[in-house]
Amino acid sequence: MITTSAKRIGALAIAATVLVAACGGSSSSPAASAASAASAASAAAATSAPSAAAAASGAAPSGVAGPATCVDGSITTSGSTALQPLIDAAGKAYTAACPKSTISVQGGGSGTGLTQVLQGAVQIGDSDVTAESKLQASDASQLVDHVTTKQGWVVVTNTGVAGVTSLTSQQLQDMWACPSGQSAPKITNWKDVGGPDLPIVLILRPASSGTRATFKQVVLNGQTECSGQALTEDSNGAVTAAVSQTPGSISVIGFAYYQANKDKVAAISLDGVAGSVANMASGTYKLAAQGHMYTKGQPTGLTKSFLDYMMSDPIQKTLIPSLFYAPVQ
Amino acid sequence: MVIAAVVLLLGFIVWRGVQLFVVSGVPVTQILSPTWQPDPLSEGTTYGLLPFIAGTLAVMAVAAIVSTPLSVGLALFMAEVAPTWARRIAQPAMEVFVGIPSVVYGWLGLTILVPFLRVHFGWLGFTTGFSWLAGSLVLALMILPTITSISYDAFVAVPADMRSASLALGTTRWQAIRHVVLPTAAAGVATAIVFGLTRAAGEALAVQMVIGNSPIIPTSLARPVTTLTSQITLDMSDATGTWNEALWTMGLVLLLISLAFVLLIRWLGRGRSRA
Repeated sequence: MITTSAKRIGALAIAATVLVAACGGSSSSPAASAASAASAASAAAATSAPSAAAAASGAAPSGVAGPATCVDGSITTSGSTALQPLIDAAGKAYTAACPKSTISVQGGGSGTGLTQVLQGAVQIGDSDVTAESKLQASDASQLVDHVTTKQGWVVVTNTGVAGVTSLTSQQLQDMWACPSGQSAPKITNWKDVGGPDLPIVLILRPASSGTRATFKQVVLNGQTECSGQALTEDSNGAVTAAVSQTPGSISVIGFAYYQANKDKVAAISLDGVAGSVANMASGTYKLAAQGHMYTKGQPTGLTKSFLDYMMSDPIQKTLIPSLFYAPVQ
Repeated sequence: MVIAAVVLLLGFIVWRGVQLFVVSGVPVTQILSPTWQPDPLSEGTTYGLLPFIAGTLAVMAVAAIVSTPLSVGLALFMAEVAPTWARRIAQPAMEVFVGIPSVVYGWLGLTILVPFLRVHFGWLGFTTGFSWLAGSLVLALMILPTITSISYDAFVAVPADMRSASLALGTTRWQAIRHVVLPTAAAGVATAIVFGLTRAAGEALAVQMVIGNSPIIPTSLARPVTTLTSQITLDMSDATGTWNEALWTMGLVLLLISLAFVLLIRWLGRGRSRA
């Protein structure tokens, strides 16, 4: 078919418009800067990333004091997407006070962060889990652990699961874990735990995720999940979307994601304790884990200065609670 | 230069893909096991890739079955029946179709198709909507423009003399299409379908969003399944050690599937040039 060049350009223009619109609509990265948080907030149909909540509560750098002393230089951190909003905000607060320093904060996942810091590709590797659980002992021993925060997860259900507001660890084990030799868990209907007559739909995170590893260790006592019947979604955002629209579904999401999507999913207390920053900080809420920032050998220069800043009052007392993490100081 | 890059890339994927067997000592036959249990925190790891290979092929096959009649029919309509003005609209529309990023298809599938299947076909077993069928339907839509535009080219390439000769013998237009145009363009249409399948095999994001990602052998269109690409993207950020090597092996398997399709396309292409 003969198409004139004018028509081709027209088609290109339409395609470009569609592309731009698509990119705008899919902006839901947790690491979104304040500028793109506005567009994430405007995508009302999508689940909101914590960055939207962070922007609303006046996150860094405006409300958070900078470090006591500046060290010039340029560093990169990568790893856990669960820790990324916090480290990104802290990095922005640091560089706002110290314009000669550059701190680049990337995601990629805990495994990526640990591998990259070990290779020397980045100065700090962020992880939800310990290096020992991900790397070989000889590699893990080269890394120095800096625990800078604590993060928590909330068990959430679809809002249609009425009458269930609290579950015990035992009930969760019966819902999630396969007894040996069985392909289905003991409890498969909400009516067995005081809810409506509705099948339970488990939504898991990928087996490699820190969220799933923590849940498995803390709540399931290391028992294997019944993954054959369950759905698997790979991010807090995808899990939130799936839980909000699938009747009878249950999953686990990070505190900040729950706070940003309170109206779309229902929170479940764990052993009678509500998932809140205060309960996590006091240690009574157990579905929580330390946030690790690993360096290869002892940190120096800007890396050390930034890690010291992570432990200082502006971050521990102001920034961390505002983003729904718990302080360790 | 380009050839060197391709060879390097292939070499790298093969090299990383065989680490699972060479370095970690996992027997090659184990990847044909139906059990995927890569988590070193649980007891006994098994790197069975069969659920992913079967899932990839199953999702692809149904996508092609759904998409082929629609897209070949559309191409035939555009090439043989449609008036010029309709072609002038349809061709750019197809080009726009190709330009839509896969995340948009996935998002549409997640927000429209998955709830639709759950609400209206729950009685057929679509308890969650996330299913083999949802993945295949999203893929069918995505490969529709690919199959349509390549088959269109094949139909247009049929010499007008052949049509005229057929009509001159007193056939109807449909008989001319059925007995002259379709057989002549058959190899081209087959190439189009294989191109579509190749795109389907490699698609990760859109499928992952609607398929549910359960590592089981596909048995029902209504049940969640998983694919090679989907599992690689799920685990690549956090998997380390042997687990990570298993993901590279999945990449290698995917490469072999794609290579098989490329060879198929070459073979079909040879058949066409002879004809």
